[in-house]
Amino acid sequence: MLKDLITSARGMLLVTLLCGVLYPLLVTGIGQVAFPGNANGQQVFVGGRLVGSKIIGQAFTDAKGNPLPQYFQTRPSGTTPADNAAATSFANYGPNSTVTEKAIAANISAYIALNGRYYPGGLTPAKVPVDAADTSASGVDPDISVRNARIQAYRIAAVRHLSLAKVRHLISTYTSGRGLGFSGEPGVDVLELNLALNRLS
Amino acid sequence: MTFYGWLTIFLFVAVLTAVAIPLGGYMAAVYSGERTLLDPIMRGPERLLYRLMGVDPNREQDWKQYARSVITFSLVGWLLLYFILRTQGLWNFTGLNPMGFHSAPWNVTFNTVSSFLTNTNWQYYGGETTMTYLSQMAGLAVQNYASAAVGIVVAVALIRGITSRSGTSLGNFYRDFTRTILWVLLPLSLIVSILLVSQGSIQNFSHYLSFRGIQNLTQTIAMGPVASQEAIKLLGTNGGGFFNTNSAHPFENPNGFTNFLEMLSVLMIPAALVFTYGRLVGSRRQGYAIFSTMMVMFLGAVIVCYIAEAHGSPAQHAAGLHTGVLAGSTGGNMEGKEQRFGIAGSALFNVVTTATSCGAVNSAIESFTGIGGAVPFANLSASEVIFGGVGTGLYSILLYVLLAVFIGGLMVGRTPEYLGKKIGAREIKLVALGILITPLSALFATAMATASSAGRASIDTAITGHGPQGFSETFYAYLSQANNNGSAFAGYSGLIQPNAGNLGAHGITFADLLGGFDMLFARYAPILFALAVAGSLAGKRVSPAGLGTMRTDNPTFVVLLIGIIVLVGALTFFPALLLGPIVQGLTGHLY
Repeated sequence: MLKDLITSARGMLLVTLLCGVLYPLLVTGIGQVAFPGNANGQQVFVGGRLVGSKIIGQAFTDAKGNPLPQYFQTRPSGTTPADNAAATSFANYGPNSTVTEKAIAANISAYIALNGRYYPGGLTPAKVPVDAADTSASGVDPDISVRNARIQAYRIAAVRHLSLAKVRHLISTYTSGRGLGFSGEPGVDVLELNLALNRLS
Repeated sequence: MTFYGWLTIFLFVAVLTAVAIPLGGYMAAVYSGERTLLDPIMRGPERLLYRLMGVDPNREQDWKQYARSVITFSLVGWLLLYFILRTQGLWNFTGLNPMGFHSAPWNVTFNTVSSFLTNTNWQYYGGETTMTYLSQMAGLAVQNYASAAVGIVVAVALIRGITSRSGTSLGNFYRDFTRTILWVLLPLSLIVSILLVSQGSIQNFSHYLSFRGIQNLTQTIAMGPVASQEAIKLLGTNGGGFFNTNSAHPFENPNGFTNFLEMLSVLMIPAALVFTYGRLVGSRRQGYAIFSTMMVMFLGAVIVCYIAEAHGSPAQHAAGLHTGVLAGSTGGNMEGKEQRFGIAGSALFNVVTTATSCGAVNSAIESFTGIGGAVPFANLSASEVIFGGVGTGLYSILLYVLLAVFIGGLMVGRTPEYLGKKIGAREIKLVALGILITPLSALFATAMATASSAGRASIDTAITGHGPQGFSETFYAYLSQANNNGSAFAGYSGLIQPNAGNLGAHGITFADLLGGFDMLFARYAPILFALAVAGSLAGKRVSPAGLGTMRTDNPTFVVLLIGIIVLVGALTFFPALLLGPIVQGLTGHLY
């Protein structure tokens, strides 16, 4: 028994050294040399100032949480405050819960209030894309659906005095395809889109 | 439902099978000591490790010695991890605690340590607000390796027991363990982690990024050595996320390609081990039979889950949403799902990680529809035999195989035997105990937690735990911990953490301890029973197959095996399942 304990203790320390120290250091070394941008979180700089990560969603609101109409809006987030990448969390809304229904209904009204008057023919709840009404999983989803972006495009074009065609062109520029051509769904990166808008006007 | 959704599911099954067959052959060579591709690189480190451990790799162990090594090794690992996590605030000099985090309270730490030792990775904490980089990489990730390797070697020992020609030896634990790490887990993790970084997973030791965005809001983004931990978390079917939102976090799972790769990583080894088994027992058809059993149940789960999630939830419909597919929108229940994975990528991931004991999540299971959420429940109710955890899945289904042989033998009136070995009363007693431990601990703990006010303190009745959902949360918590899965209806909590970094945090002792013991008991008791079965079978003589031998490698046996797994799972769990997910899935009522 004692011999087993000593062997186990040595074994555990060796595994810690090998898999807990050498292995992550090796991966860090390779990652930092071969893919430095990715390994450090795809940081985006504007005029030398860090403004975000390409793959982490941000809230484009004022300090009080009101959406800024000149920016594309990300999906609803379950973190506190919204899109908090220092403490991500699920919203954990159950499928048969009145709390969930109220949360979704509130997201729908907010979306219609923001976009309804710019959208030809107006918006009804049935026209709101599911990704704009449902909370994301990570709380920092960087993407919105193409449908969501194309509805918001009317507002952006009006507020920024741009042609709709130009905004739509930007949307397709920042739409990523499916992984390997089939896995997952296309998404529009909101931060990249908003940065491109700022560069235009 | 979309064309691409079904295509993803189809291609996943095809690629998985194509990868698992050669990997299974490779692992068979590793455990029978044959020459492999990696021998020139790994022989040296292997010999060095034996010397430093003071192990004679050629000393054969019987089942009791093998079991003793498993237990002492796990005990030492438990103590070391507890020490690392409880002292994490004292290691600032290493530079691996850039955010100055303190230790989590003792009760949550007890739960966390038990969780990582048992390959469960149940998490009452949020990674980026609780753990230092040192705790993550040198504490938690090390147990991801060790617990995965322990699971695999127990399966290998059971195979040796089945194939042994009248001996007592099951091999040598330290030798099997070392070879698992060097020949299987490390090389695969290295490949997967580099692929993940190439797609956008992060791997650094930086301070969290703080900045003002273009809208002038102050923001902070958590950093860390993520990719290296992500790879072994999946390959070892561990599932403990670096971040609180696990594989939903863009740094853990950046795009559709990585989502596919991660699902493949989870199922790769459990599926390969089935083929390893076929090779080692000298009849590949035995492996194909078990693979078919698992795959049939897996596909059933995927199809049900995808259809249910694509249909949408009662709460969405009540709010007036249209949940069908529209141009540029996938439709369906996107609550708690990420845009880049969509419905199919989330449903498939969910089934992959709950059928195995991985428990990683890329979407909020709590927000799945009643029927979609009943699928992970059903997977857990089958006691992790639909591929299952690395090693654990194989040794668990082998217990079911012995049970099926026994029942089949009784039905046709013949002495039950498996691969030429007679199955006697002692084996069947051990098998029955091994199979019943998990349901027993899950149901017992759920009953304790729902019947006591201390247990109900973990339910958030204000937001997530309304009506039947509160019961579902509780039941899922103990079912998941007993199955060493680790996925959660995450509204159920065991830690109150007002500030990041654990200042002022306190654990909910009842939930932490009950869950902790639940995991330890349901992990080590079945391991001991499996090893005892191995020891018992190892000593038996092999009689040649005759005309009266019941075949265990044909479709009839596959049907019998599925029937028995479903029957045992349904009989034990159906009443409890009715109270939670099924009532929600069938009524469409809001609570």
